[in-house]
Amino acid sequence: MPDYQLSHLDQLESEAIFILRETAAQFENPALLFSGGKDSIVMAHLAHKAFWPSRLPFPLFHIDTGHNFRETLEYRDMFAEKIGARLVVASVQKAIDSGRVQEEKGANASRNVLQITTLLDAIEEHGFDAALGGGRRDEEKARAKERFFSHRDDFGQWDPKNQRPELWNLFNGRKHVGEHFRIFPLSNFTEMDIWMYMHREGIELPSLYYAHERETVTRNNTILAVSEFVQPREGETVEKKMIRFRTMGDATITGAVESTADTMEKIIEEVAAARQTERGNRADDKRSETAMEDRKKEGYF
Amino acid sequence: MDLLRFTTAGSVDDGKSTLIGRLLYDSKSIFEDQLEAIEESSRKRGDEHVNLALLTDGLRAEREQGITIDVAYRYFATPKRKFIIADTPGHIQYTRNMVTGASTANLAIILIDARKGVIEQTKRHSFIANLLRIQHVIVAVNKMDLVDYDEEIYDKIVKDYESFASRLDNIIGIQTIPISALNGDNVVERSKKTPWYEGSSLLYHLENVYIGGEENHIDARFPVQWVIRPQSDQWHDFRGYAGRVGGGVFRPGDEVAVLPSGFTSKVKAIHSVDGELSEAFAPQSVCLTLEDEIDLSRGDMIVKPNNQPQISQDIDAMICWFSKSPLRTRGKYILRHTTRETKAIVEEVRYQVDINTLHKIEDVDSFSLNEIGRVRLRTAVPLLHDAYRRNRQTGAFILVDPGTNETAGAGMIL
Repeated sequence: MPDYQLSHLDQLESEAIFILRETAAQFENPALLFSGGKDSIVMAHLAHKAFWPSRLPFPLFHIDTGHNFRETLEYRDMFAEKIGARLVVASVQKAIDSGRVQEEKGANASRNVLQITTLLDAIEEHGFDAALGGGRRDEEKARAKERFFSHRDDFGQWDPKNQRPELWNLFNGRKHVGEHFRIFPLSNFTEMDIWMYMHREGIELPSLYYAHERETVTRNNTILAVSEFVQPREGETVEKKMIRFRTMGDATITGAVESTADTMEKIIEEVAAARQTERGNRADDKRSETAMEDRKKEGYF
Repeated sequence: MDLLRFTTAGSVDDGKSTLIGRLLYDSKSIFEDQLEAIEESSRKRGDEHVNLALLTDGLRAEREQGITIDVAYRYFATPKRKFIIADTPGHIQYTRNMVTGASTANLAIILIDARKGVIEQTKRHSFIANLLRIQHVIVAVNKMDLVDYDEEIYDKIVKDYESFASRLDNIIGIQTIPISALNGDNVVERSKKTPWYEGSSLLYHLENVYIGGEENHIDARFPVQWVIRPQSDQWHDFRGYAGRVGGGVFRPGDEVAVLPSGFTSKVKAIHSVDGELSEAFAPQSVCLTLEDEIDLSRGDMIVKPNNQPQISQDIDAMICWFSKSPLRTRGKYILRHTTRETKAIVEEVRYQVDINTLHKIEDVDSFSLNEIGRVRLRTAVPLLHDAYRRNRQTGAFILVDPGTNETAGAGMIL
């Protein structure tokens, strides 16, 4: 009898495609949260496979903080066009301009938390009843407790102590009016799996993920790229460095690593040897021991 | 590289989270910043050692109480295998999480505190592993350091466990290992402190246990999940059936029957973005087209004409109950099975299982939270099913409370 064993990447792919199709089947109006980061690119790639030769039965949905890297936005538009997906953008800048949210003040101000209001408002405005996210359980300790189908109450809140059990391949997306779900098809991928999968599938990434020379400042032990959003402060010196990014968030909070890995093969070698987590450079996670859980309860990605 | 999914079970303070922390630490899967963060937290809490449990106990309430509340998923890889761990809590009120972790596991590690021996929780966890048909169990007798690595104590626990486990019919392999998760004895390397133990280390066993043959590759089952109908000129007449193979193997040209309608046709092609496939087997997610135009939608099933599942509205099943509001005779629920959703009524509660003695308790008409037993259900539409012991994918279902929408119970068809 032939050996019908799937490799671990094939198993993860099959699981994610199953979840994506289940989302389309169980919900009226889902959307796929697309940030232009590598995880959401992989998720959108899997969605393309799941429904091919149809187009995606849901739009790509981007929360634009106004502090994105230019390369990310260019990539976003190019990618949506390539797979023929509809793109919905919700703007944090607009929420600030209309007085819906207040910008943080102080030296380490960020728009990270402001995304929550914008996201929840946009979910309500567009009537989305499920938002697909690229979150992975290996990223962070609160995420390790996430379900594939994660219930949100009518305030968009997560109740980690009262989650629905998830058994076998049976996902319960039933909800009351006003509630919604966050759905995480990549739950079981690790950072390494993401890179190996992208390599196997020949997925192209925004240039920021590959080593390139850039002007940087070092702030709180984090290397930040100098941009219109990050300007050197007094006492900080601008240095040219070969860097790349391991995750993609706002330009203001996403730290880079020094690297010469300019191909996917070299990045995979680096990931294998890495001694720091990929979110270790994310200022948003460092605010407290349970920063991620606290934000997720409020409705964060 | 292949993939092993395992779950860990034990009572409170048996050291599950410590063991997982140890596996991650010794397999170099913990990053420096994670380690620094838990060193810092341990110091703040006044813990004597670096508390590896903090790696998995991620929620605020868990860190405050020093307990695990919810299933935490952890990942590590060795050059041989990739592992997904479902770390499940030991509290009696959280048994549903063990069932959840076990439902997708190839293997269960059951922890026993060497000072306490086989207790009620050990039996409960073993019973659940058996009920959910986890084929391999590792019994890790932990905290051997606290009993001076005493061989006699270990032997007695192994004997006690074996006499209980002989009544569990589904488990193929039971491996017992004396360990100290805190000190790392027999976790990754064999320990010098247990010269009397001749078996392999825990990690060696995890890396080498045979996990082929978990999926059913005999009975062809394809529950239709979603119908793909591109509204485009290029794919004008395309009508594809998307889903995850639930058993057996499908190839182009195979004769198939479509249930519940009973029409027959042939597989035309198995599609993917990267080209057509020559075969599809469990658990692949694929898209099939058929030679004939047949009315076929989500919840229907494609099978082989000479090997069909049971089709019935009367279902005998074992149920694990998760809800605070009890399962009752005549109770009505929403039932999800494969890609089908229907209504179900509890016709009869047959018996409850006393999981300590494995005796049947008859004359009950309800199950409370965390109770397990056998029921007979009547469904609104027929279920296309197999016995759970033959096929997990077509033999499992969940019951949903129609009022709260909560997942109230898990069922395994007999």
